[in-house]
Formats: sequence, C-alpha cells, structure tokens
Amino acid sequence: MEFVRVENLIFDYMKTDEGGAPVATRAIDGVSFCVEKGSFTAIIGQNGSGKSTLAKNLNGLLVPTEGEITIDGLDTSDPANIWNVRQKVAMVFQNPDNQIVSAIVEDDVAFGPENLGIDPAEIRQRVDAALEGVEMGDYKDKAPHLLSGGQKQRIAIAGAIAMQPECIVFDEPTAMLDPRGRSEVLKIALDLNRRGMTVIFITHFMEEAACADHVIVMDGGKLRMEGTPRDIFAREEELKALNLDVPAAVQLASQLRARGVDLPDSILTAEELVDALTQPVPAEAAEEVSS
Amino acid sequence: MIEVRNLTHIYSEGLPHESVALDDVNFTIADGSFVGIIGHTGSGKSTLLQHLNGLLKPSSGTIVIDGTDITDSHTKMLDIRKKVGLVFQYPEYQLFEETVAKDVAFGPGNLGLPQEEIDARVRRSIELVGLDYEAVKDVSPFELSGGQKRRVAIAGVLAMEPEVLVLDEPTAGLNPKAHYDILDMVQEIHEREKNITIFVSHNMNDIARMSDQVLVIDKGRLAMDGTPQEVFAREEELKAMGLALPDAAEIVSQLRKKGMELPAGCLSVEEAADAIAAALKK
Repeated sequence: MEFVRVENLIFDYMKTDEGGAPVATRAIDGVSFCVEKGSFTAIIGQNGSGKSTLAKNLNGLLVPTEGEITIDGLDTSDPANIWNVRQKVAMVFQNPDNQIVSAIVEDDVAFGPENLGIDPAEIRQRVDAALEGVEMGDYKDKAPHLLSGGQKQRIAIAGAIAMQPECIVFDEPTAMLDPRGRSEVLKIALDLNRRGMTVIFITHFMEEAACADHVIVMDGGKLRMEGTPRDIFAREEELKALNLDVPAAVQLASQLRARGVDLPDSILTAEELVDALTQPVPAEAAEEVSS
Repeated sequence: MIEVRNLTHIYSEGLPHESVALDDVNFTIADGSFVGIIGHTGSGKSTLLQHLNGLLKPSSGTIVIDGTDITDSHTKMLDIRKKVGLVFQYPEYQLFEETVAKDVAFGPGNLGLPQEEIDARVRRSIELVGLDYEAVKDVSPFELSGGQKRRVAIAGVLAMEPEVLVLDEPTAGLNPKAHYDILDMVQEIHEREKNITIFVSHNMNDIARMSDQVLVIDKGRLAMDGTPQEVFAREEELKAMGLALPDAAEIVSQLRKKGMELPAGCLSVEEAADAIAAALKK
C-alpha cells in the first residue's frame, strides 16, 4: 500500500535581491515517487541536491510550490490536513543538540505528546515505551547534555516515536556521530521498520543506504535514480558522476572482478562478499580463475 | 617537532565530579608528519586537541613545539596561536564576516601585521584551499555551498601560517565527493607547506590512507602509537575500544578467519583486491 505519494514536486526558496525584489531558487525540480507503507527508503545525493528540502516537504514543514504530496491520502498543502500530516510523519534531524528542548530526558520525550493534549497517564506510558524502544530506559531522569551524540540522537528518536507516527523521516541522523553511535541509530531505524514503521532515511553513508528496501538518488533537485540497493549500487560509474560512491564491499568486489575473480553481480555487503569468496568454487569456475 | 610529555588533564579537579580526561599521555611527532588521531567519543581526543593550541592548560605535563613549551605560563598565547592552527569540527559555523576576504583576514589582522602582509596572506590562503580568490573575495561566505564554506573556514586558519595544522573531523557531514576533495586539499597543503598536519577522524579508511603515524586514545590514555599497519594489526584491542578497522581490512580479516591465507596489513581496497586475487590463484 502506498503511504507517501510525491507527484511532480517543485519547490522554490524565495529570497530578496539587493533591490528587495523576490528571487526564486529552485531546490526541487519535478520529482515524483512513491513510498510503500512499512518500507525502508534511503535517499542519497550530494550536498545541495535537494534531499533535506524534500524531507521537509514530507511532513508539511515546507509545502510544494507546485505539484502535490499526499501522506496516507492527505494533501500536505491543505492547511486543514497539517496536524494530521505531522501526526503521521515525524522527523529526526542531523544535529540532536538542535532538537532537544528539555533538561531531563523523559521530559524531552514527553514534549511532543504533551503538545497533542494527551492524557498524562497515556503520556507516561508512551514515554516509557519510546525510551525502551531506543534502549534508553535507564537514562530517563538524566540530563541530555551529559549523553553521547548517539544517545542524544536516540532520545530525539524516542521523542518522535512518542508521537506514535506511522512514518519517521530521518534527515542525515548519523552525520555527526561516531561509528558506534551511527550503528546504534541505524539499528534503531531498522528495528522500528521491522515493527511496521515506514522509514525514510537520508544519508551520506552508502553502507547505510545498502540496508534499505528502496534507494532514491537525488541530484540538482531532480530524482536521478531509483531502485533496490542492488540495482543502484551496480551503477558505480553513474553514482561517481553524481559525486556519490558505492559501499566498500561493492568496490572490492568490482576490483576483484577486474582481476579475473568470478563473483556474482549481486554483492552488496561485506558478509555477502566473504561468503562468495569462501564458498567452495564449482569446478569449471575454479578452472577459469586459475587459467 | 612536537613533544608531549606526561600530559594530564583533570576537569573540575578537587570537586566531587572531577574526571580525568587525559592521563599521562606521551608522544612525539616528527617534522613533516601527517598524524591521524582516533578514539571513541569521550576518549579525550578533543581535550588533547585543545591542549595543542593552548585553549586548555594541562593539570600537569608539558607540550614542547619546536623548543617552545606552550604550557609554560610565560609563553604568549599569540605565539602559540601562530604556531598551531586548530580547525574545529563544522568550522563553517564560525564564519561571521560580510565577505570571504574579511573573514579570512580576521586572524592575521589580530596579529598586528601590516595591511599588505595581511592581504597577501588572505589571497594565498584562499588559493591554498582551492578557491578562486577573485571570484569569492567579495562574496558573503553564507552564499557559498557547504563544502566551499568549510574551505573558507580552513583558509582563515591557514592565514595564520601555523607550523602545525590541526583538524578535528574535517569531513564530517560531507558527501563522498566533497569528502575526498577536502582530504585531497589537506594533503596538498601538507605537501606544499611541509608542515605537521594532525587530523581527527572516525573514518578508518581515511586514517589508514593518509597517516604516517596513528595515535589511538582510549579513556584518556594513549593506547597505541604507530604506523597504520602497526595500529590496525591490533584488531581485537581496537574493537574492545569501540573502534573499527578500515572496510577493506575488515573484509580481509573475516576471510582470514574463514581460512583464506592472506597477508596482514592490507588496508586499502586495492591492496585487499591484489591479495585476495593472488590467494585465489594459488
């Protein structure tokens, strides 16, 4: 079932020039795609490609200049839908320090539901469940500023979960984290997705995009490629032309093929590469390698 | 040459919440070296960097740069800043002037240099970071792309003509191409200036590829000090500290565990591909 539908989206940022006249800068230029309910979609693209503008259009923080976005059938540009849209789609941003508002972890997570005017007993329940969901239950009475970057980002995610959205848009949630923090946040996003959450995950890390069901590649405000990670990362030259890259395992696999090693085309992860290299080689393939 | 001896830093010393951020750290960096520093968040890396340009003073120990003890209270702060330029994480957030040229001129302006000298340094620094001086000098730094802003911020530090350039995660938040562009630029500056360059990174591929010497900080102590080959050979210890191997080295390690005979010390994708292809042809 389709959850997000983006049709011919155009988005212009308005600025004023020195004379005070309005000038439009086109950030998104005719983008269309769908996101299935319960799927994990990764969006990649170089800085300035329009990824973050797209993300902000997905929960009505920005509304289309032209074109249409529907969330579960609701048009985001209809002001009457805005609260429902935000209820359905939560956002987690790059810098956790910019989205934490309270001095105590559990207060921070409760901030969203409190604004929805939810019954305090229900809030208590949601906050506890959200903190457990990101494995931060033990930190509920701690001060956020004493936590690590990865932990802070998990608190921000708990704040999103407590809103009980159907979809979470992560806008480069791992960019400021160390490797451990990055893998913690990716694991939480994958866990949420396994439990039914629709996840849209913007990232500069190709290894993270490789975990998605579906990858969208943006460049210059346009959608340049779309497909499964296997399809997308098989197009190494095109990605490099868009200033992107492929995961290390894909790189190593293609260099091995260039050195005459027979490997399946589908290799995406380190695990798959290791398996392909250590499984007993069929007789005719072994001959090919040795010749 | 940089000599760090018995460097210890205790935050809130004597108070109930005192914590030892650096604990008896010793290392030497030779002239012209490119040094990578790795460590988990909270390991003490940032505290160490802040000592290198005098932002923090040690609880005990010394840092001697080219014979000058920068931890000595008689050493002028200005002299330390001339010796060591520190580029913080996300340095573009520190841009503040109306034009690129004015922003880059801010540091050397504070050194009390004659105007011609300042102008020459500004031009040179902007060119060093790979920007077209004439094209950007009068532009507001806020009009530039993320990667360009970061270059301007780095130019501001280079304009101080430091003998030691320290960069804290210079590629954080950049896309793959911009990431390599910034690192290539840092490498080029290093080769041209023959300065000591120290960079902190969480990206083990970059650390392995660029460093002559790698320092590993863990819980405030210097856990390892060696070449990338020496450091990344200690896989189990690194993983216990929450650190990883370069991607290619990780794949090679998994293959070795499954019985493939591969040499140690393959850190790059090319080295790993050569070694694996050779092993399969045996």
